[in-house]
Amino acid sequence: MDNALIRQRLQEKFGDSLLNVDEPYGMLTFEVPKDMNLKVLQFLYDDPELRFQFLTDLTAVHYPGQPGRELAVVYHLHNLVDNIRIRFKVFTSIEKPDVFTATQLYESANWMERETYDFFGINFVGHPNLRRILNVDEMTYFPMRKEFPLEDQSRIDKDDEMFGRG
Amino acid sequence: MARPVRFNVNTVPADTKNHISTAEMPPGYTGEGFFATKLSDAVGLARKNSMWPLPFATSCCGIEFMATMASHYDLARFGAERLGFSPRQCDLLMVMGTIAKKMGPILKQVYLQMAEPRWVMAVGACASSGGIFDSYSVLQGIDQIIPVDVYVPGCPPRPEGILDGFMRIQDLVGEESLRRRNSEKYSELMESYGIK
Repeated sequence: MDNALIRQRLQEKFGDSLLNVDEPYGMLTFEVPKDMNLKVLQFLYDDPELRFQFLTDLTAVHYPGQPGRELAVVYHLHNLVDNIRIRFKVFTSIEKPDVFTATQLYESANWMERETYDFFGINFVGHPNLRRILNVDEMTYFPMRKEFPLEDQSRIDKDDEMFGRG
Repeated sequence: MARPVRFNVNTVPADTKNHISTAEMPPGYTGEGFFATKLSDAVGLARKNSMWPLPFATSCCGIEFMATMASHYDLARFGAERLGFSPRQCDLLMVMGTIAKKMGPILKQVYLQMAEPRWVMAVGACASSGGIFDSYSVLQGIDQIIPVDVYVPGCPPRPEGILDGFMRIQDLVGEESLRRRNSEKYSELMESYGIK
């Protein structure tokens, strides 16, 4: 099995919904509309040939320069039988970051979605326990979004002039 | 050519006759068969030469501390032979390493579990000020949640630095007034950290 076959199977099934198909560094990468993420995952999981039954990683990326599709949720899947990996993304707006949860399909998605919520604020619809996992519970923002500065803003002992920002 | 091994070929017998160091006597009156001094000095002398440190090591400063307590630098020389890993029995909390904000309440609980009198030493840049981790997840110095007596600078500090910090703690312990922990000022300090 190779990328061309996977691509062909996906295009047969989903047709024009499959966007931006590419193979950066040999890894098949594509995008689907966000309300189709579960259908694609289910197809990739159930298909007797494709068998992408291992969710390697689930995370998000913030693109502040793309109005209406600021947040991308990235899924990395692995076919352990044929040792092939693929990656696909769904984009969502930052005002309503609702994406369906993959926890019904992959147990491992539980904590990874919690982490993605913790850092990017993606609201995984249907997640059984969507609360912060790594950061303190009192945190009021999503630190990996680009509008939040990397440095701790609660610090009062820092003199901007000493850091070349006077 | 191989280097000849020349270590310890002419061993010198240890000269221990006049090299036994004892703790310095506090000021007082002495005479035939008696010695009189202040109670606080005697208590301080005893306390400072038998500290029980509780190592709270989270990262690289902890590795330096392991060297400090091992044979080469030997923290035991300062009367701190017994490292306790139970806060109830220890009187010096040594915080070594980055304390994440999520770790803050745990550190505070460990501090609260220690019995008075207790001292705190912040070892290294991270424990003292957050260090290089000026970030959303890292506590910017443990003095935001518990009072600190001695700060040891360095990233990480050398074992000599940790030993020096320990000796500064010993100075504090030796000179502390017996009434300090009952004073108004001390309870105000505790109050400012929300500790009753």
